[in-house]
Amino acid sequence: MKIVVCIKQVPERDARLRIAADGKSVDTAGVATEINESDQYALEAGLRLAEKVGGEVVVLLLGPDAAEEAIRRALAMGAARAIHLNDAAFQGGDATSTAKALAAAARQESPDLVLTGLQSDDAGWSQTGVIVAELLGWPSATLIMEIEQPEGGRIKVKRELEAGWFQWITLPLPAVLTIQSGIYPVRYATLKGIMGAKKKEMKKMGPADVGVDGGLVGTAGRKVELKRLYVPEKTVAAEILPGDAATAAASLVERLQKQAKVL
Amino acid sequence: MGAIWAVAQTEKGEPKVVSFETIAGAQKLAAALGASLEAVVLGAGVGGAAEKVAARRVDRVRVIDDPKLDPYAPDAYAAALHQAVEAEKPDYVLFPHTYQVRDWVPRLAATLDAGFISDVVDLRADGGEPVFVRQPYQGKLNADCAFTGTGPRLVSFQAGAFLSDDAAKGDSAAEIVAQGVDLSAVEIRTEVLETFQEVENKVDLSRADVIVAVGRGIGKQENLGIVEELAAALGGQLAASRPVCDNEWLPMDRQIGSSGQTVAPRLYMAIGISGAIQHLVGMKNSGTIVAVNKDANAPIFSVADYGIVGDLFEIVPALTAKVKETRGA
Repeated sequence: MKIVVCIKQVPERDARLRIAADGKSVDTAGVATEINESDQYALEAGLRLAEKVGGEVVVLLLGPDAAEEAIRRALAMGAARAIHLNDAAFQGGDATSTAKALAAAARQESPDLVLTGLQSDDAGWSQTGVIVAELLGWPSATLIMEIEQPEGGRIKVKRELEAGWFQWITLPLPAVLTIQSGIYPVRYATLKGIMGAKKKEMKKMGPADVGVDGGLVGTAGRKVELKRLYVPEKTVAAEILPGDAATAAASLVERLQKQAKVL
Repeated sequence: MGAIWAVAQTEKGEPKVVSFETIAGAQKLAAALGASLEAVVLGAGVGGAAEKVAARRVDRVRVIDDPKLDPYAPDAYAAALHQAVEAEKPDYVLFPHTYQVRDWVPRLAATLDAGFISDVVDLRADGGEPVFVRQPYQGKLNADCAFTGTGPRLVSFQAGAFLSDDAAKGDSAAEIVAQGVDLSAVEIRTEVLETFQEVENKVDLSRADVIVAVGRGIGKQENLGIVEELAAALGGQLAASRPVCDNEWLPMDRQIGSSGQTVAPRLYMAIGISGAIQHLVGMKNSGTIVAVNKDANAPIFSVADYGIVGDLFEIVPALTAKVKETRGA
């Protein structure tokens, strides 16, 4: 079974974000990055399935040179090889134009399954995986919490619905699944994995290599434009209690007793 | 210009509350643009839902009623609305940003080759071209987004972005028209086997008077002890944000937020929780909210009454000691 897992490199959760000079993007200089959280879970799900039924996991990432770090990590975790959509034409896209690039690259691989996280921790569109499915002409299912082994050309998955409800559904392969965080505990890369990753194939590709019109991807192909990125104004500000731990703790307990009257 | 559509989501033949929130947002956009507003209800046997929607101030309600739309399947929903949009050419199609919408509307965006601005919290129409406000980077930043080019424009609103009560009622019920679609050629590829609720919540946090919730900031499972001690000192329940349960540091039945329990205790303490929207929707109605976090810019401080910025590994034990001292006295 061949499984393509689309991953994205994003700033670390706790990273302090500064707005870049253009007022439309985050200044990435010196910002620590990681593989998008739900994409890590998608990768874990892909690796488990490939280990169980046999086959390989191919990592697919769209991003600049700096995103090689995320690819190396995915290879160290166990992916067999990687495709890096790395070209100026791919940059600055919205969900639609990014999905067009990813779908073109995935199509060339003719996989049985494409997995990705349900949404990115930076842009957070929660669209890309499903658009990829439609562009490939494949069925899709979102917010997947469990995957069973394929049987008779169909795969059975558990979807998360709202308010604590779940659903078992089946769909024919090939298909696209977007994975919910928490599906399975994510493995760590072992030292052996990290060493081995250096020898694995990482193919850098541009629009012509994957057979997509450069005008449809990245900034040129987007239908949504980011006009301004800014720090939101605080609506209700908490009273921040100053001092060292003991002092702040004492002020808090006093307020909880006397002002809020909850102790 | 073309109309603005607000697409309602129904469940068991009833419009969901978020559908009225979408109508409230659509009324704001329609007023700003001077456009007509139509609600769209799709499903099977949704005549009753359409009547409830028609009581709101909309110019028309379009009903797409087809047996193939029950149970929900992304193939059928995307095909049905695609046909309706092609036939009527609305300028904007607005949705609630629900799990279901995330499952099928990106597919619609692809078949229409339309732009889709998802998870919007507000909109402005400064001099014509509307701007839709999103909160990327886990709600840490705001982004003003606009559509480029032509074609239908799809937007989904985050739950709570607009209030359902604000969806003004009309003077009289709006006209309801049947929107014909032909789904006979649509192949539904997904098959639903079973829809169920996971084991009943063993811990009913909704009844707790005091909740101490712990987040990703705790770092690892072995560190949970200090938070348990604080909860015990306060006579409260221990709870968690999603990442803690995803890592299996605490069981799922302790999870607060959109995919866990919704609570409103008298006192809620958020320890090492940054306050992603998915968590906030589960606890923001709590009486008194305390947040302890190392990041002074964490969104949790915007809903908290009291905050301490710093290292939770120093603050939490100090707090436990102080609570014990006070309660013992």
